[in-house]
Amino acid sequence: MSFTIRKQGEIVVVDVEGQLIVGNRQELKQKVLDELEKGEKRFLIDFSQTGYIDSSGLGVLVSLSKKIREQGGELRLANLNDDLKTLFELTKLDTLFQISDSREKALESF
Amino acid sequence: MPKMRVALELEIPSDVHEIERVVELVQAECRRLKIEPEKCSLNVPVALTEALSNAILRGNGEDATKHVRVRACVNKAGDTLVVDVTDEGDGFDLQASTRNCTTPENILREDGRGLYLMQCLVNHVEQFADGGNTVRLTVHRG
Repeated sequence: MSFTIRKQGEIVVVDVEGQLIVGNRQELKQKVLDELEKGEKRFLIDFSQTGYIDSSGLGVLVSLSKKIREQGGELRLANLNDDLKTLFELTKLDTLFQISDSREKALESF
Repeated sequence: MPKMRVALELEIPSDVHEIERVVELVQAECRRLKIEPEKCSLNVPVALTEALSNAILRGNGEDATKHVRVRACVNKAGDTLVVDVTDEGDGFDLQASTRNCTTPENILREDGRGLYLMQCLVNHVEQFADGGNTVRLTVHRG
């Protein structure tokens, strides 16, 4: 499991490879907060290479979304597979995030 | 519990980095039992991750000297998997501790989704004392 961060124009894109769970959620949180501290405002997390997410991973996404908004920025999500869509629907987090079917659509939506 | 075959039995230290390895072993058993793919890829891994992280973080308080026992059993028909996760803590009231994380007052909280998800994702969740605090997850095929 790993997180890759790269800039695409004005947007910070984070790829989550593997699981986003209790054992690695702090790493994702810190990486995004570091970028936020540098002044970045637009964030996209791409889940195309993600297996599953647990409650602490979902919690980190909620926390990051709040912190980014407080700084006047925005966090959007892309490429949830059917399992992850189910998870977001069960927790109603699909109503909290703007979620795109592809990275391209997500990038265009900012 | 009716007589069941023990498919997996192990003990792990109270370290959240052990969770993924255990989940992979139980996922493999799910696939052997031909449990539906979405249950193998989502329901079981997430529910088990929640049970293990609760046991490690809350039950054992991340105390390195304490352990978590995991036992996965299969019924005679081979269509039901029962996973027991046992920690060395004092236990908790499953129903009283479960919060509906989808309500407007809870949806923005960072925590509090674990027990709710566990109960959404598997057929039964039980909690009882059995020489330690045990959470039992039951998954049926079909």
